Amino acid sequence: MAVFTKPDFKSSTVKSKKKEIPEGLWTKCESCGEVLFNKELQDNQMVCKVCGHHFNIGGHDRLRFLLDPESFEEHDTNLIPVDVLKFTGATSYVDRLKTYQKKTGLNDAVVSGLGKIEGQAVSVAVMDFNFLAATMGSVVGEKIARAIERGTKKKIPVIVICASGGARMHEGMFSLMQMAKTSGALARHAKKGLPYIAVLTNPTMAGVMASFATLGDLIIAEPKAMIGFAGARVIKGTTQADLPKGFQTAEFLLDHGLIDMIVPRQQMRSTLAKTLGYLGGRHTHKS
Amino acid sequence: MEKIKVQPLEFEKPIVELEKMLDELEAHSKEHAVDITDEVAQLHQRIRETKQEIYSNLTPWQRVQIVRHPRRPFALDYLKLIATDFTELSGDRLFGNDRALIGGFATINDIKCLVLGQQKGRDTKENLMRNFGCAHPEGYRKALRLMRLADKFKLPIICLIDTPGAYPGVASEQRHVAEAIAVNIREMFQLQVPIIAVVLGEGGSGGALGIGIADKVLILENAYYSVISPEGCAAILWKDAKMAPQAAAALKMTSPDLKELGLVDDVIPEPPGGAHHDWEQAAESLKSAIVRHLEKLQKTDIEKLLDQRYDKFRAFGVFEEEEAAV
Ligand SMILES: [Zn+2]
Repeated sequence: MAVFTKPDFKSSTVKSKKKEIPEGLWTKCESCGEVLFNKELQDNQMVCKVCGHHFNIGGHDRLRFLLDPESFEEHDTNLIPVDVLKFTGATSYVDRLKTYQKKTGLNDAVVSGLGKIEGQAVSVAVMDFNFLAATMGSVVGEKIARAIERGTKKKIPVIVICASGGARMHEGMFSLMQMAKTSGALARHAKKGLPYIAVLTNPTMAGVMASFATLGDLIIAEPKAMIGFAGARVIKGTTQADLPKGFQTAEFLLDHGLIDMIVPRQQMRSTLAKTLGYLGGRHTHKS
Repeated sequence: MEKIKVQPLEFEKPIVELEKMLDELEAHSKEHAVDITDEVAQLHQRIRETKQEIYSNLTPWQRVQIVRHPRRPFALDYLKLIATDFTELSGDRLFGNDRALIGGFATINDIKCLVLGQQKGRDTKENLMRNFGCAHPEGYRKALRLMRLADKFKLPIICLIDTPGAYPGVASEQRHVAEAIAVNIREMFQLQVPIIAVVLGEGGSGGALGIGIADKVLILENAYYSVISPEGCAAILWKDAKMAPQAAAALKMTSPDLKELGLVDDVIPEPPGGAHHDWEQAAESLKSAIVRHLEKLQKTDIEKLLDQRYDKFRAFGVFEEEEAAV
């Protein structure tokens, strides 16, 4: 159903070194209030050295922290969201897209491609919460499905760094169907005996949770990430019940047996490398 | 001509008014022995025209009201009318038996199959038992258990979708409803039997999709299938749940919209004004659609069917793809 228009000469495969360092010299920790030196904060992968708060980071920053230097080859930068429903409402979808494209420099909420983690080739996709709360529209679903299929084709592990506020309502049922598309691609990937790891970051909710975020051979969360299906406000509104302490945090999910482990950002890369070492199965994915 | 027997909806008031006039006229003629044949005929004509006018121009919001009508037939009502046998099977073998999502063996037109269905209740007591058709994780896990049974014994699967959504509650989250839905979606791509999904009433988001991966996705004429409820969408995008009628239109969630967008394979016609006006006619319509598609699917090679199932959902999405330099 893809619509092919607007030919230009932008490459879909580019080496990316884009950095997203916050402007200014200092940043105040959103959690403990400590004033942090930006250079130090960056060196600590945007984690507060005092309280361990994990700041929200963009897709390219994430990949810089995760992948071997210079190993990332970006794909599918040429997919552009469209206002398929001509959504008429309180806000225009086209305007919202323009605003976020300008703000983030991305076409939509996923950065994806091929890279290496401690020498091991992986197909990777990162959801960027800064773009429309990483809601799942057609481009998000397509880029994730292609990243999975790329992993299947190249017989390498797939890693998806998840984050999402929910559905891309402006794309209606096309938004819902991305859950089907991505999960179907994972079924085929799994059938080949290939590993898939889902990393859940703050926040990962709704349709993303009810599809690829919970289908990992391993599911790893960042500390204190909010993770769930229905939003806390909806649950409270429906049930009129008080929510348990720490409800829908990564720690709560670990206690209830819903995820494998909680790993701080600075140890994510080594943890992925180590665990992938156990998931070779009948494939050799050292390159 | 059939008169409206069930509680009329707001937009049906003009029809009800005319029917009342007709009753009065007939009573008057009986009492005074006057010949009113012409007047009666004229009124019948007006009722027909008014019905036609209203029922053939239903707005998305009016359709939402129709599918939420308390007399609308639910999954078990249809099964009574379309199946010669229904043997219910219970439980997920892990936690409990979710009565919001039922399943079992059914025989439809001599075809033995496995049916799953989200089931609402008609009164308060029944709704407590059925949880208003909102399943917990154990409902989805029961569905998966039964689908695997169907896969093992090569029974085609019919999924009857009718839910406002999976239940949003603390227990639901603790037992991981998101995972239950995700696993169903993934596994349904691999079941080596034909699958037909029919949206009977409300196709509420992930809760609907949790039994919604199929070779053919059908929808009843007035049913909706949406990524979010119109009220939920209105609350978020308009900051006002009262804007639900506008949201219902903007979301393109009705059967004609979904057919046009290529998101459903077939629209199953309902009796004028909706299935609740005539259960038998609605059931007949549903049965013939299921049988027609099932007979076709059963002739298709299973490997081919699985590829087609994947390709169908893989293609859902609309975007621009800028031509890349080689
Ligand atoms: Zn801090």
